[in-house]
Amino acid sequence: MEPIKLSFNVDGENFVSAGEASTAVKTTLKKMGFPGDTVRRVAIAMYEAEINMVIHAHGGTVDVEICPDKIVIVLADKGPGIPNIDLAMQEGYSTAPDDVRSLGFGAGMGLPNIKKYSDDLEIETELGVGTTLTITINC
Amino acid sequence: MKYFHSVTLNEDKCKGCINCVKRCPTEAIRVKQGKAHIIAERCIDCGECIRVCPNHAKRAIYDHLDELKKYRYTVASPAPALYGQFNNLNDIDYILAGLLELGFDDIFEVAKAAELVSEITRKKMQKNDFSKPLISTACPAVVRMIKVRFPELMNHLLEVNAPVEVAAKIARKQAVEKTGYKPEEIGIFFISPCPAKVTAAKNPIGTREITIDGVLAISDIYKHLLSVMGKIKNPPSMQSCGLTGISWSYTGGEATALLRSKYLAADSIENVIQILESIEDEKLTDLDFVELGACPSGCVGGCLTMENPFIARTKVRQLRKYLPVAGGKLSDYGLEENSFDWDEKEDSAPIMVLDTDRKKAMEKIIEIQRIESILPGIDCAACGSPSCHAFAEDVAAGNAKEADCVFVMRNKLKNIMENLTE
Repeated sequence: MEPIKLSFNVDGENFVSAGEASTAVKTTLKKMGFPGDTVRRVAIAMYEAEINMVIHAHGGTVDVEICPDKIVIVLADKGPGIPNIDLAMQEGYSTAPDDVRSLGFGAGMGLPNIKKYSDDLEIETELGVGTTLTITINC
Repeated sequence: MKYFHSVTLNEDKCKGCINCVKRCPTEAIRVKQGKAHIIAERCIDCGECIRVCPNHAKRAIYDHLDELKKYRYTVASPAPALYGQFNNLNDIDYILAGLLELGFDDIFEVAKAAELVSEITRKKMQKNDFSKPLISTACPAVVRMIKVRFPELMNHLLEVNAPVEVAAKIARKQAVEKTGYKPEEIGIFFISPCPAKVTAAKNPIGTREITIDGVLAISDIYKHLLSVMGKIKNPPSMQSCGLTGISWSYTGGEATALLRSKYLAADSIENVIQILESIEDEKLTDLDFVELGACPSGCVGGCLTMENPFIARTKVRQLRKYLPVAGGKLSDYGLEENSFDWDEKEDSAPIMVLDTDRKKAMEKIIEIQRIESILPGIDCAACGSPSCHAFAEDVAAGNAKEADCVFVMRNKLKNIMENLTE
């Protein structure tokens, strides 16, 4: 069966709308009757990735593929890239600017949380070119 | 038994406009053949449609004062929101004496029961064995919202009877002891600020036992009360709740009575939905307690009240002066922390799932996406559904036809015309 495809543009200029795409995906998954635990993992992992995209990369695109047994989320941006993935994966490590931190974001839990809630996480990144995250959550 | 709804439609007054359709938080209303229809499984009785209907076609069903005649002995159980409805009132006893004038034999204030629920909640939370945050169950519209849209949060509910149920139980016991009549000869009447509590009295939450015999609307009893209250001089001293109890009538009253700092109190249905989404996404796990009310400012904003919610709230706050913190405690009534535990688990009643078979649900989503792609996306609601997306869902479910959309129809006509002229 062909997977269901959902696509979103994440606006990097508008911090207020960050999180809209993950809420829309969550609603679709609920309508499809996915178990609550799966819905929650997708919602949290995708929210964190969406916020990261706004904070670090001025937005980007999100493509979601929903199959009966798994959900694959691909987040692509044309941001600065991640210089050191091992450091970025450490809890509490953050390069977020102060104005973002003052909003309660940038606690250095983004990537660690995405890893924690997903079954598979692939990161492709090139300095100055951009980053693509592929998150897979099985059901 | 069929689920009773207080919120209903007066077809004669309905003009088939889309005000209620657009406003309904659970997308429970459709306009068909020029009249609004409420989808019973989706309705949470929040009363938003009653608030916005310009033709007063949406209404709440409730009981009336002549119902009192059915009982040998009657007790009025007023919601504390009633206290905020009157001008120049400095003593709640005038309202209570007014209720006796209207034919009630006794009074049991819901505010008093609310204080007991606060005590129970405090004791339960001390044990620390609950899913954080614990969610209040005092607002039946919120409980039903969770049942239909957030079934994953059912285990966060405070499984204790709402103050109105607690009041009815104690009031009946006291009336039987006082009069020697049978329990069924006693009529307990709740005076309600909202239709959700009328519905909850007929379909009780967390139990099958019906404890409330009748529910009157504040807006209905108000005019009767005004006419008798003016004549009352030196009312007897009956008011016996504390400031904790009457504060339950507005947002934050229930949460602050728990004497803990990690709480959130929010009102209005849009905020309620946002907070529930946040709890679902584990963004509020550091909170102990969440109080949610469907109406603006809390119960004082119920659609069966008279006064503006902000004014009513100020009036209630002024009445708090000189009141004790609480009017009573569980031990005064020989009650325990578990005396009002739910005796039946509430089941969720999800409305979101398109099909229990996930493959079929997927097929429906694909069909919904296809239909949505031919719709204009302007959410005009002329088709009778709240949005283009909801309309696509209705078509996929077989409850509407593509041609019900005026834009789809116009394009079809245009194609026919072009084919004719070629």
